[in-house]
Amino acid sequence: MTEASREAAPASTRGRPAAGRPRRVTGRAPGEPHRIAYLFLLPGLVAYVVFTLFPVAQTVRLSFYDWDGITSKTWHGLGNYRELFDSTEIRAAFGHSVELILFYAVFSLAIGLFLTALMMHSHVRGLRFFRTVLFMPQTIATVVVAQAFTWIYDPSGPLDAFLRSVGARSFAKVWLGDFTWALPAVGLIGTWISFGLVLILLLAGAQRIPQELYEAARVDGAGFVREFFAVTLPGIRNELLVAATLTTITALRNFDIVYNTTSGGPAGKTEVPSWLMFHDAFEIHRVGLAAAIATVLTAVISLVALGISRFYTEARQ
Amino acid sequence: MTSRLDRYSTYAALGLFSALAIYPLISILFLAFHKKTDNVTGFSLPTTISLHTFTAAWTEGGFAKGMWGSFLVAGSVTAVAAALSLLTGYALGTMRFRGSGLWFNLLVLGLIFPYEATVIPLYYDFQDVHLSGTYWTLILPQIGQSVSLGTFWMRAVFLTTPRSLVEAARIDGAGSLRILRSVLFPQVRPALLTLCVLVFMYTWNEFLLALVMLQGSNNTTAPLGPSYFAGVTRSGDPTKVAAAAVMVALPVVAVYLVLQRHFIRGVLAGALKG
Repeated sequence: MTEASREAAPASTRGRPAAGRPRRVTGRAPGEPHRIAYLFLLPGLVAYVVFTLFPVAQTVRLSFYDWDGITSKTWHGLGNYRELFDSTEIRAAFGHSVELILFYAVFSLAIGLFLTALMMHSHVRGLRFFRTVLFMPQTIATVVVAQAFTWIYDPSGPLDAFLRSVGARSFAKVWLGDFTWALPAVGLIGTWISFGLVLILLLAGAQRIPQELYEAARVDGAGFVREFFAVTLPGIRNELLVAATLTTITALRNFDIVYNTTSGGPAGKTEVPSWLMFHDAFEIHRVGLAAAIATVLTAVISLVALGISRFYTEARQ
Repeated sequence: MTSRLDRYSTYAALGLFSALAIYPLISILFLAFHKKTDNVTGFSLPTTISLHTFTAAWTEGGFAKGMWGSFLVAGSVTAVAAALSLLTGYALGTMRFRGSGLWFNLLVLGLIFPYEATVIPLYYDFQDVHLSGTYWTLILPQIGQSVSLGTFWMRAVFLTTPRSLVEAARIDGAGSLRILRSVLFPQVRPALLTLCVLVFMYTWNEFLLALVMLQGSNNTTAPLGPSYFAGVTRSGDPTKVAAAAVMVALPVVAVYLVLQRHFIRGVLAGALKG
């Protein structure tokens, strides 16, 4: 039944239609233009190939060289990759990314699911207002978000002031400079950015679940929890996957937040691959190593995106 | 029937999370209305509505120039990327030709590449062609990146336009460009606006590319402003950082409040690309 409601979705939300298969040209009406299509395609394609696709290939190529950005490049084979896997600092950075996924993806999905379950259980008014507010973090520049949270976590900022005022003085600390708390503090910024988007995505899916399913569940005497697992959760499986992909990718990128809050500190505790890529390429001029980090990061992001999109297509069939 | 208690707890939870979503923004806004000499601690309401900190931030560190730079970059990227995507979407959504599926897949592949994947060679390539530090180094790569999203978006929109309309126009002797201009364009215009809003927002907020490309140059963009103030005035004047941050966020928030349905629809549809 949910499949039927999927079919009613607008075309743009239906994954990737038949385009993946080479199309047979026999269906063309006489006189229908076709060569001119290339002319319309060309300008956009050129911009994309020159400024996105080709640089990606260049990054991969640079990752096999040793280069300081000024003198001539020397072939380094897999040397940069060997260093990448041997370096405890770089390995730690990828480890931090995994930890950040917990905050960006798992926490925000948990919050989103909880609120979706509540909202499907009882009808609320003013949904538009809540949507506007909850989606707001998505529109704010990450630099601004980073500065807002730098202030919140500041020793003279609102969080420590609040802790002192409720008598939890001993909990007050320099959050972003704390060896234990800096990474979770950065992670919670990610939770804040993501949970509204997750909720709105999940709600969009949940609102397509036929109302009769809820009525049937209630007639059967299902409570809040049963209703969630029997009706809501199966109905938003696809949206859940999409939300998981998006938030995971955001967690893996995450350069802006780290650069503007901790710059990887204290003592490298919040270093992430994209920050190391920037640092190695433009601050200590180890361009080849930076390109190798960028290549591995891009590969991981692509795997997440492609892996989940395959799962997504299978789930639809 | 759901009980009243259920409904109240839903409102309470929604209210709590809405407050959490809005609090950091309110807090930085209030901070910006203070002066450095106020020695703000915690959550204090501004006692006077003084724009002093805003004017100070506006005139320092090239911030005003950064705002204009951002308008220039985001404006040109939006206009050009929208135009190019209109054309690619038109070709891929309404015309049947050899390899159309392949071209489409190649273009949307760009959706997964972050700037982390391209910024290193782009920096050195622009150096080679003597464009380092110019706004071209931000405009051109962001057009290239936005065309992926735009093609994906506009193709889907053109696929929903009725074929019969195009065929009727063709029988009347209209050429491809004419059909786009006078038959299809009015139909896809709202979706094109959504695309413009999205591309403008992403371009306006972009940070990494601007940080790398404009290093050591006189040019700057708005998002570099708060970062700059935080760097030079670390533990010095958080109110100025806050004022700059508020001014960076303001244009996008203003557009969001007016066109919020476009934002939400656009981001959701873009997200559900599968």
